[in-house]
Amino acid sequence: MSKDKHVGDDLLLAYGAGTLDEATSLLVATHLALCPACRADLVLAEAIGGALIDSAEADLLPDATAPDAVFGDEAGSRGSAVAHAPPAPSGSFVLPQPLRAYAGGDAGELRWRAVGGGIRQFPLTTQGEGAVARLLSIPAGKAVPDHGHRGFEATMVLAGAFFDRGAWYRRGDVAIADASVVHRPVAGPEEDCICLAVTDARLQFLSPIPRLLQPFHGI
Amino acid sequence: MRGPDRLAGELDEMSARLLEVAERGDPAAFAALYRHFGPRVRAYLLRAGGDIGRVDDILQETFSAVWRKAGQYDSRRASAATWIFAIARNRRIDAFRRDRRPEFDPEDPAFRPGPPPAGEEALATRERAEAVRAALAALSEEQREVLRLSFFEGESYAAIAVRLGIPLGTAKSRARLAFDRLRAELGAQREGLR
Repeated sequence: MSKDKHVGDDLLLAYGAGTLDEATSLLVATHLALCPACRADLVLAEAIGGALIDSAEADLLPDATAPDAVFGDEAGSRGSAVAHAPPAPSGSFVLPQPLRAYAGGDAGELRWRAVGGGIRQFPLTTQGEGAVARLLSIPAGKAVPDHGHRGFEATMVLAGAFFDRGAWYRRGDVAIADASVVHRPVAGPEEDCICLAVTDARLQFLSPIPRLLQPFHGI
Repeated sequence: MRGPDRLAGELDEMSARLLEVAERGDPAAFAALYRHFGPRVRAYLLRAGGDIGRVDDILQETFSAVWRKAGQYDSRRASAATWIFAIARNRRIDAFRRDRRPEFDPEDPAFRPGPPPAGEEALATRERAEAVRAALAALSEEQREVLRLSFFEGESYAAIAVRLGIPLGTAKSRARLAFDRLRAELGAQREGLR
C-alpha cells in the first residue's frame, strides 16, 4: 500500500483525538484492523494528546481530590475485570471487526439489496450527524456510474479490487474523493468487489441513467 | 507535581509509576499518578466536555479504569500520559456524545497483525515523549492551535474552521502538516512497516 491508499493523516489525527463522527470512525477503525503502519501512526497521534494533557496550563488545574475518594471501592475489584474472552471463531472473514459487528454478520450472511446495475448495498446504522456508511458489492468488471461529490467520500476495499483514477485498490486500501473529484470506479475482473463506503454528502450523478441508483445512496 | 526527568532509565517518572500499579497494584504509585494527572484530566474534561456537572463522575470513571486496566499498559508503546489520555478520551465520548467511536479488535481472526513491538531500534517511550514535546514546540502557532483544539478541546475540523474563520481544507491541511513534522521528528518508524 502506498501512502495515498491509507485513511490519511487528518482522519487518523481526528480519530486519535476522538473528534471523528461514528461512520467515519468505523472506516478508520476497520482500516486500522488491516494496517499495522497506520496503527503505529495512531499511537503517535495519541502521543499528541498525551503531551497536551501533560502540559495542561497550570491555571486550568483545579485542586486534586484525594485519590481514595476517587477510586474508593474500586481498589478491591482490581484484576477481577480481566476475564478470558471466549475462543474466537476460526475461519477467515471478509469483514474485520468492528465492521462485522456493525453489519451483524460477515459479507455472505447479509441481506443485500439490489440497487441497479448489478450493484448491491447493505446500509450500516451509525449515530451522529453527517456521514453515512454502507457496504457495496460491485459485480466483477462492472463500474459504479460516474459521480461527483458535494462532500467527502472514502471507500475501502474488503474483497476483490477496484480501479479508480489510475490505481488499483485491494483489501485494506482506501480511496478518498473530495468535492473536486468526478470518478467512475470499476471492479476488478476476477471477483465481485465488496467495499465500505462512507460519504458525508449526497453524491451527484452526471447522467440521468444512474438516477436509478438513487436508492443505492440511501437518499 | 511535574515529573522532573529524574530517572535515568527509559521511562519518565509517571510511566514508571503506572508500571508499579500494573505489576504490584501499588496504591502509593496510583496516588502519585492521580496527583499528577487528576487535575490535568479534569482540565481536559472541562474543556472538551458538554456537561460540567458530570465532569467529576467521568474523572472518577477514568481513574477507576486506570486502576483496573493498568495490567494492559505496555510501556514500550506509550507513555503513561498517552495511555491515560486515550482512556479519558473514550470516557468523554461515552459520556458526552450520542454516537460511538468504534475500535479494532486485536483478537479478531481477520485482524492483520504487525511486527511485534520493536527492540533496541525503537525509540524508548521517554525519548518518544520528549520528541513529541519538541515537535509540538517547533510547530507554527497556527498548527499547534489546530492540534490543541482537536485533542484538548475535542473540536472537529469543521468546528475548528468556524472558530478560527478559516476554510475546512485549511484546518485539515494544518493538521496534516503538523503530523508530518511530528513523524519526521520521530524518524519515520512507519517506513519499516510498509
